[in-house]
Amino acid sequence: MSDQTLPGSPVTVGGYLARVPGVAFILLAMVVAFQIGNPRFLSITNLSNVGLQASLLLMLALPMTLVILTSGLDLSVGALIGLAAVIIATLLVAGWSIFSALAAAVALGLVVGLLNGFMISYLALPAFVVTLGTMGLCEGLALALTNGEPIGGFTPALEAFYRAAVFGIPVPVLVAAAFYGLLYLVLYRTRFGIYIFAVGGNKDAVHLAGIRANLVHMAVYVVCSVSVALSAVLLLGRTNSAHPTVAVGMEFEAIAAVVLGGTSFEKGQGWLFGTVLGVLAITVLRNGLNVLSVEPSLQVVCVGVLLIAALLIDRNRKRPVARITE
Amino acid sequence: MTTLQAPVSTALPAVPVPMLVRLAIIVVICVALSLISPAFATIDNALNLLRQASLLFLVASGLTLVIIGGGLDLSIGANLTLCACLSASVIKLTGQPVAGVAVALGCGTLVGLTNGLLINRLKIPAFLATFGMLWVAQGIAYWFMAGQVIYGFPAAFRFFGGGFWLGVPVPIWVMLAVGAGCLIFLTRTTIGREVYVMGANEAAASLSGIPIARRRMLLYALSGFAAGLAALIYVARLNAAEPGIGEPLLLPAIAAVLVGGTSLFGGSGSILGTLSGAVILTLIVAALNLLNVGSAWHPFVTGAVILLAMLTDAFAARRAGH
Repeated sequence: MSDQTLPGSPVTVGGYLARVPGVAFILLAMVVAFQIGNPRFLSITNLSNVGLQASLLLMLALPMTLVILTSGLDLSVGALIGLAAVIIATLLVAGWSIFSALAAAVALGLVVGLLNGFMISYLALPAFVVTLGTMGLCEGLALALTNGEPIGGFTPALEAFYRAAVFGIPVPVLVAAAFYGLLYLVLYRTRFGIYIFAVGGNKDAVHLAGIRANLVHMAVYVVCSVSVALSAVLLLGRTNSAHPTVAVGMEFEAIAAVVLGGTSFEKGQGWLFGTVLGVLAITVLRNGLNVLSVEPSLQVVCVGVLLIAALLIDRNRKRPVARITE
Repeated sequence: MTTLQAPVSTALPAVPVPMLVRLAIIVVICVALSLISPAFATIDNALNLLRQASLLFLVASGLTLVIIGGGLDLSIGANLTLCACLSASVIKLTGQPVAGVAVALGCGTLVGLTNGLLINRLKIPAFLATFGMLWVAQGIAYWFMAGQVIYGFPAAFRFFGGGFWLGVPVPIWVMLAVGAGCLIFLTRTTIGREVYVMGANEAAASLSGIPIARRRMLLYALSGFAAGLAALIYVARLNAAEPGIGEPLLLPAIAAVLVGGTSLFGGSGSILGTLSGAVILTLIVAALNLLNVGSAWHPFVTGAVILLAMLTDAFAARRAGH
């Protein structure tokens, strides 16, 4: 931890390898193993399938990276994306245009994000319990609005959007890539991004430096909730119906992906691209287990084991993890 | 606004809602419900409500110990599920309630010890380790049950959930015994006092010679044990086990601990507070049922109670001076 890579310091090949989180090696090993077990694993069809599956998880895990960088956590994302899907579907069925329905989802994200952010940042309450509370709010609202029944019969445009491809690349993958690019620019090329790392490192110091640390801290939760609420479009496109509890548990995979990618809950240390690796590792693992027809409930257990394995690997390597700049 | 603030990341000191306020809340809800429904203020109904509260209290009691010690256990609900499913199938296989009891308590304790081990060895935050354990335990339970429901147990076993002793349901006796045990542990034993010190300031506790890692293992083991005990009572009461039973208990358990005035920052709290919190939560659910509010709203109400309890604490702490 002492030999942090500072901005502008020369990066050697060995130094660069040392920065790669353990999950990268696990990912490589899994790809090789699955390819040997099933030669069609690396086919275009399956890769595009993996990309599709990874895109939605990325939309949750990328903003979660910002939250975890500030030493926080957002357990409400799974319930929130479910509630947003229910609200969008209800409004579409009621005859609203897609853009008005999306605006409603953004408003929902804003409310949840402001609530989370205010309590965590300004009132200094523990993030994991605050977001557990908002998780209850979102899950309860989604259940009450639907009576636990899925909502279908809205415009097929969402499914068409999800299934569309540009130059052979599925649209959701492009959406996730664009979102990655956006967050990359925000995190590494703006002052706000530097403040996010700094708030995670030492919020008091940021505050004393005259920066509105509380505002930055709250904004991170707003960014997370709004982008999660908008991602409900991909969820609706995938399932072509809005089920109130379909996304419960997604927060676990999103958090697991971020931690797999080497972002730690302490001292503002993390790496946005590591989260992409984490998401790919989880998706490839699930894809491979699907091929082996392992039950979904056991797949979750495997994700937990994967997480422990990656944490063990990283604990036994001395790895500089601070990434103020790329 | 920002200039008036205490140093931002310093934890607010917890000022628990005093016990009198909680008792007043209980009295107000009870009076209101008696006015709505004449059947409410009967001995039978009171025993019935306390029996419901006992399950919540058992899950929340272990959680209280962990939170006072500065940790968190999000796996209690899933742990209860796993214990319930495993013990139910063992009782079905062997016909021996004793074997089922051993399996439930053993499984619960083992899951708790694993939590402690993950936190101690991997140096990951408690909420992350136990959140991961939540999904792992849940996944194993769903896989193990493969969509089945196990039901129909020997009468000797069902006695734990549905039986009476001296006219009072057995789960209430268990609640009283566990409550007394926790009370003595927290207030009358050296290790119990060390738990408070550890939760208030881990570094200071470590420097004064308290073996933090071992105490932590003990706390998570106790939390797991409590989940196993709750699983037995739940299964005996329902006379059935299926993998969806434990997960809905997590939010109410955390709400009961918070309403009970235990600080999330560790180092302060009481088991009697959690007992009153469990009773309040049970009364709220009873009120919702009396008012014909659908059970779909329960997570919403529980979430709101959690947020309100935290807000009350935060503002009380602020008013009391930073």
